[in-house]
Amino acid sequence: MTPLAGLVACVAALLGTAILAVLTARSGRSTPVVYCASLVFSGIALITALASLAAGLPSTGASALVLPVGLPWLGSHFRLDPLAAFFLTVINLGGVLSSLYALGYGRHERAPHRVLPFFPAFLGGMNLVILADDAFTFLISWEFMSLASWALVMAHHHDASNRKAGYIYIVMASFGTLALFIAFGLLAGPAGDYGFAAIRISEHPPLTAGLVLVLLLLGAGSKAGLAPLHVWLPLAHPAAPSHVSALMSGVMTKVAVYAFIRVVFDLLGMQVWWSGIIILIVGSGTAVLGILQALMESDLKRLLAYSTIENIGLIFVSLGLALAFKANGMGLAAALAMTAALFHVLNHSFFKSLLFFGAGAVLMATGERDMDKLGGLIHRMPVTSIVFLVGSVAISALPPFNGFVSEWLAFQAILQSPDLPQWGLKILVPAVGGLLALSAALAAACFVKAFGVTFLGRPRTIAAGQALEVDRLSLAAMSILAALCLLAGILPGIVIDGLAPVTLSVIGDRMPVQTDIAWLSIVPIAESRSSYNGLLVFLFTLFSASLTAYLIRRFASRALRRAPAWDCGFPEMSPATQYTAGSFAQPIRRVFGTLVFRVRESVDMPAPGDLRPARFAVEAHDLIWEWLYLPIAGAVGFAAEKLNYLQFLTIRRYLSLVFLALVFLLLVLALWS
Amino acid sequence: MVVISALLVQSLQMALVVLLAPLLTGFIRLIKARLLRRRGPSMIQPYRDILRLLRKEVVLAESASWLFRVTPYLIFAITWVAAAIIPTFATGLIFSWTADLIAITALLGSTRFFLALAGMDVGTSFGGIGSSREAMIATLAEPSMLLVIFTLALIAGSTQLSTIAAFMTSPQVGLRVSLAIALIALIMVAVAENGRIPIDNPATHLELTMVHEAMVLEYSGRHLAMIELAASLKLLLYISLIACIFVPWKLAALGEGPSAYLVGMLAYLIKLAAGGALLALFETATAKMRVFRVPEFLGAALMLGLLATLLRFVSRSL
Amino acid sequence: MSGPVLDIAHMLAGGLVLVSMMMLYQDRLYALLNVFALHSLILTLSVAWQAFVQDAPHLYVTAAIALLFKAIVIPVVLHRMIRQLGIHREIETVVGIGLTMLAGIGLVALATAVMLRVTPQADPLAREDLAFALSVLLLGLLIMVTRRNAVSQVVGFMSLENGLVLAATGAKGMPLVVEISVAFSILIAFIVIGVFLFRIRERFDTVDVRALDDFKGRRRK
Repeated sequence: MTPLAGLVACVAALLGTAILAVLTARSGRSTPVVYCASLVFSGIALITALASLAAGLPSTGASALVLPVGLPWLGSHFRLDPLAAFFLTVINLGGVLSSLYALGYGRHERAPHRVLPFFPAFLGGMNLVILADDAFTFLISWEFMSLASWALVMAHHHDASNRKAGYIYIVMASFGTLALFIAFGLLAGPAGDYGFAAIRISEHPPLTAGLVLVLLLLGAGSKAGLAPLHVWLPLAHPAAPSHVSALMSGVMTKVAVYAFIRVVFDLLGMQVWWSGIIILIVGSGTAVLGILQALMESDLKRLLAYSTIENIGLIFVSLGLALAFKANGMGLAAALAMTAALFHVLNHSFFKSLLFFGAGAVLMATGERDMDKLGGLIHRMPVTSIVFLVGSVAISALPPFNGFVSEWLAFQAILQSPDLPQWGLKILVPAVGGLLALSAALAAACFVKAFGVTFLGRPRTIAAGQALEVDRLSLAAMSILAALCLLAGILPGIVIDGLAPVTLSVIGDRMPVQTDIAWLSIVPIAESRSSYNGLLVFLFTLFSASLTAYLIRRFASRALRRAPAWDCGFPEMSPATQYTAGSFAQPIRRVFGTLVFRVRESVDMPAPGDLRPARFAVEAHDLIWEWLYLPIAGAVGFAAEKLNYLQFLTIRRYLSLVFLALVFLLLVLALWS
Repeated sequence: MVVISALLVQSLQMALVVLLAPLLTGFIRLIKARLLRRRGPSMIQPYRDILRLLRKEVVLAESASWLFRVTPYLIFAITWVAAAIIPTFATGLIFSWTADLIAITALLGSTRFFLALAGMDVGTSFGGIGSSREAMIATLAEPSMLLVIFTLALIAGSTQLSTIAAFMTSPQVGLRVSLAIALIALIMVAVAENGRIPIDNPATHLELTMVHEAMVLEYSGRHLAMIELAASLKLLLYISLIACIFVPWKLAALGEGPSAYLVGMLAYLIKLAAGGALLALFETATAKMRVFRVPEFLGAALMLGLLATLLRFVSRSL
Repeated sequence: MSGPVLDIAHMLAGGLVLVSMMMLYQDRLYALLNVFALHSLILTLSVAWQAFVQDAPHLYVTAAIALLFKAIVIPVVLHRMIRQLGIHREIETVVGIGLTMLAGIGLVALATAVMLRVTPQADPLAREDLAFALSVLLLGLLIMVTRRNAVSQVVGFMSLENGLVLAATGAKGMPLVVEISVAFSILIAFIVIGVFLFRIRERFDTVDVRALDDFKGRRRK
């Protein structure tokens, strides 16, 4: 059985599990069966995809499959190439770990029949999107994936905010699919051949290429979370159960990135030079906007969703650079930028899943998502806090974890850009570099806040004070991800070499071989230019820390005594005097928020002698929501109300409408040449 | 043989930076005091302070966690690693290729990350003040630093410090506008990162003016000793960084004999002294800014860094 | 076919258009009904002539239906209904008679233009017959649209149907003409009975709002 056939069989098995879950989900006992099944099938798919990527894939033949389902004259085409194999690895790894986590987390689900059938269906849909090799199969799988995830978002529909999230999600998903529809229509051209193989070969005029790029930014970008189409993401991702949130943020957004890379890099083939500019602007804007929004949040899952938006922006910045380099024929630099983007795809799926699992664990243990009601969990949930800390350090791009490596590669790609000839790019790229650095610094601040307010300090409510550590399966899933974060950070050369076939197939070039460099460093261009060795930095730090600890133990006093906190001499203060999420973000809110969110703070102080409490109010505006979405919704509402008049016409007026339509059509017939 | 001597040089560097850091801090305090027409403490007072703290008992808050106890070791170790890679008296250190300037900045960023977490660990409002203000300063200082690194990398063609230092000594470099702007931006960032006046007062214990001191308020004994040593080390790191990039003369290259190292070491001591004196002068001459003027100061540094990078992107000769 | 044969068919069709225009001109219900009877009579003649010329005996049945039903029965029934229900006997028009006639002329021109554009290869006289039929159809629609009175709208509908029958019989060899005309006649019968049974009086131009509003769920703007 060829790997491709095996993968399609795994997808079929997942869909079968979904059907089984529909029949049996009312009884709570099918939960472990369904999750075990999805774990096994995703695991098989993961191993198949990894093996294909490592062993090398032929360009045709054993990697193409046509099934007679679907449109009668088209059938369904499936194909496995290095790009698909890489993204399948990412998806199925997320699926395996999410199923493992859900074996523990899913026991607490109140409405299993609303979650169980859709979870394997969601996994199967995502796999199908990657495997699809013609537009019809692609769009069907895309819609299937959207609908399955929508059903999961609406799982807890009794909550009004979840219903609103589901509504906005379905509207934006439909809009995205429409954009993709039009894009594929443009690509298929007048010949109407929707198979990817045919689209790849045919020539596309520059206008079509530009339109397809914009439509992909709208369609795939809205699913990935690019501004200004990101508004559904912070509402929908937190509304779903935590293991699904991890899949949606860590994996589904990557399916959208895959769609973008597949169409823009692979199917379009040729690029106009300004395409890189658009993507760079959109990507960097998204990154900064996303992380600033995350800093303003006090809901832990919403903060993580906004952070996803930031990371997607970073990925698209690297993709934009790759596009710009490729359009100008700088193959090596393009391979570097593309490697940075794909590495970040992998990294983000690791640490974002880990963080969402941690948030789910906190939710399971305390029943709270609001950080201002948590605190001190490091004492009650030791393992969860360690893995969440690893995730926070990784996402803040700090060595020796993996986030730093992809950030470093992106910066190295930016340093290649003075060789670009176009002036627009020359002026834009340093600004983009600055914005990238800014978003990295803001991300670190955001995750200090997230970890600090949630896990450190003293418990702010009783629920936080009585939290218990979660079950071992969830902890196992999180620990595996934490270990992967560390491994990818200290052995980046292996990952880069694993990505080489992907960049070869997409860009046509690859980075120099990394695994034969001494001491497992990575050298993106040349030894004299720059190099980084995660393993040695890690070992060096461990060595210095051990040496310090030894010296201190040897020469310093070992006495230690517990006492009440010093707090500048103030006596035992209530936990309410601790910094909350909002107060931690207040300086940053003042610096950036007054511009970006029109933040206004107001204090209502009572006069001396007046006993009423003082009130502090912060008013922030989401400008994209207010200036883009509300006017559009208002216009639609206005048009609908005006058109409502048509419901109340007399019979004679309806007849007049028919008459006028008939006369108009006859006129057209008469006059049109 | 070469490897062993290289390792020896690296270890010498590591020992040197740790030993010199408190001396530098003492020197700066002495100069500041003399400028204020006071006698001031002796230059070796910081050594005495550290030894005293090492011998004292640690008083740990009841709500402090393992993170609070591990952080001082971690911060000191990371700062030590970063300081060990910077060419002080010789370039081409054996571990300098493991981390370039971007990695060094990220390492210092991780010290700030953990220190901010430690500030929030005990659960008092002072820790929160320090951590939140430190986070704000970091969000502006780090991008400025990275833009300065970009400028340097674009001029020298590499982000490796040894290569940059070697390039700066060569006659190719000349006077460039972007380099001058980058120098000013780097000085501003260095002042901010080390918590010196006008950003933060290292000698204060007033809540209104605390940033770094607020985060370490609950530390005592050997933990406090390590944190203070790490802070001195960070200051030494930044001054060495500015010295090796902008005044790189007399840096011994790899493989030169011990006399070259000695000359390099002497030159290094002179550069440190000069840097410390200038810092003391600067601190005495200005007053500390209000906390919300700091973003304007750092915003200016960010804009200068961006300008320098832009100039380099636009023209190779600027 | 020879000249005079086609000329007669042509003339009858043209006569039908003329009578339709006359219907536009009427402002009293009894007069309208009488003109409608004339309209149906001319239709009968035209269909009978076609039956004779095309040698299609089943068309005589259609002519008989047209004569019996539309020229005699319907006008009489409507006459009595008007008298019994006391329906207002003045026809209220939406726009003035002059403007309506102008619109009628425009519609005839449009129908002619369309037909001549769409059928370039056909026999010229056949094309003009079709153009006349389309004109009658459009004029019937115009009557329906510009009259506020229920009875006049029914008359307009019936004249529209006459135009269809004219077109159907003019095209040689069209199947099921008889069946179509029977079906249309039954439809007309039901409409008239419906008007009679539900006693919708003058103001056919308004709607009983209350029941409809419940169904539509929103208040009237």
